[in-house]
Amino acid sequence: MHQPYLDQYWLTIKISLITAGAGCVLGLAIAYAVIREGTPRFLRTILTTFSGVAANFAGIPLAFAFIATLGTIGIVTTFMRDHLGFDPYAHGFNLFTQTGVELTYMYFQIPLMILVIAPAIDGLRQEWREAASNLGASSWQFWRHVGIPVLLPSILGAFILLFGNSFSAYATAYGLAGNGVFLIPITIGFYYSGNVLSDPHLAQALAFGMFVVLAVMMLLYIPLHRRSARWMR
Amino acid sequence: MRRRWIAPSAVVWLLVAAAFFLIPLIALLLFSLKSIQTGKCCSGAAYSYVIDDPQFLDTIRLSFQLSLETIAISLLLFVPTVYWVHLKLPRFRPVLGFIALVPFVVPPIVLVVGLLDLYKGAPEWFYAKPYGFLAAAYVILAFPYMFFALDAGFRSIDVHTLTEASQSLGASWLTTLVRVILPNIRVAALGGSFLTLAIVMGEFTMASLSAFRTFPTYIQRVNESQPYAAAALSLLSFLIVWVAMLALLFVGRGRPRPAQLAATR
Repeated sequence: MHQPYLDQYWLTIKISLITAGAGCVLGLAIAYAVIREGTPRFLRTILTTFSGVAANFAGIPLAFAFIATLGTIGIVTTFMRDHLGFDPYAHGFNLFTQTGVELTYMYFQIPLMILVIAPAIDGLRQEWREAASNLGASSWQFWRHVGIPVLLPSILGAFILLFGNSFSAYATAYGLAGNGVFLIPITIGFYYSGNVLSDPHLAQALAFGMFVVLAVMMLLYIPLHRRSARWMR
Repeated sequence: MRRRWIAPSAVVWLLVAAAFFLIPLIALLLFSLKSIQTGKCCSGAAYSYVIDDPQFLDTIRLSFQLSLETIAISLLLFVPTVYWVHLKLPRFRPVLGFIALVPFVVPPIVLVVGLLDLYKGAPEWFYAKPYGFLAAAYVILAFPYMFFALDAGFRSIDVHTLTEASQSLGASWLTTLVRVILPNIRVAALGGSFLTLAIVMGEFTMASLSAFRTFPTYIQRVNESQPYAAAALSLLSFLIVWVAMLALLFVGRGRPRPAQLAATR
């Protein structure tokens, strides 16, 4: 296989791993913050409803929202430049690169994690926490020995879901960077969309490669899903 | 040891989340209010540009009609299928569930490349028309969401008793399906329909690669010359998803939550 395509697969996989990992950690933290004892109920309703919307708000409009925020003349960029004296674009930040794509993907990765992991966190019973603290466990020890091990299959399952979510994304990256960030879906679209360099058969081969990666991920997902169902009532 | 007040770390996390999720939306709003000539706030020029552009109405109408068509075909295909599987072929249910995962695993970009090739020799009225090719592709895309919604609906009712009661009173299969079963799974069918609406109204990948002019591809084209108008349209697109999701919650209140995920990224 040609080196550039291998590099593109690798870049797509790398972006998916990074955004899935960060999405898992941040989504878990936010979901736990809203579900845990003491947080008012209505905040949870707001957060899950909003997550339902945000997880579905992707593609071209999401890309434009981030361009309006952190693009070269975005609202936050100009605010930082004019009022804080700090120009992110002069310090190596660029929305139209890998970092920008990753940041934008977080907008649908975190809500997806919240939606997927909330039922699992509900399954972490308050009694376990109380039992642990009665036995003198610190909050860290509770998470290290009880919380994370119980949630682990769910978290790994969610990780795979988030990986696939980001791996198959096309519209968001396209809206953000056009054909400028070399992700596999972008290259497929480029070779298929009837321009001068069109090569549908190459596009089909690349598409099949994507399918193989996702099929492997799915095979990993099924046993994890079975295991995580054990702790749910 | 019950906590009476919200934990400080929870406050921090929720504030960070609120900032991350709300700032891009606020930026979108401010961007859409900028004047096309000067780039300064505030003017309604982007909005009047959108309203005056005949393509705006054309594309949003096309996307809306496509979603209605997709919903109609999906319901006609899947309601009787899922009903029959629950009634007569319960062993077949996992197979259907597995098939429903396929559009989940195969990304839209892969699916559309395959479909465009598969239907290459199809008649003009199907292949070259959004109501043909694109609607067919969207039915596949919507299948998992429709299936899981309907499956949950059928699981919560007693299909056998309802069918037997209806038939012992002399109802035909069609009458049973339309007047007995359908009212009982209304919530599930509506839930699946709103998800499908959200999917089709926002779907870009397939429409773009098969070169049809739907609403999301229109936003993309507007952006090439009118970024502020594109921001206004993006905001509208966000509102459409909101409305579909609120409708989904509204019809499903007090019942097990339908799946809330309809991905078109």
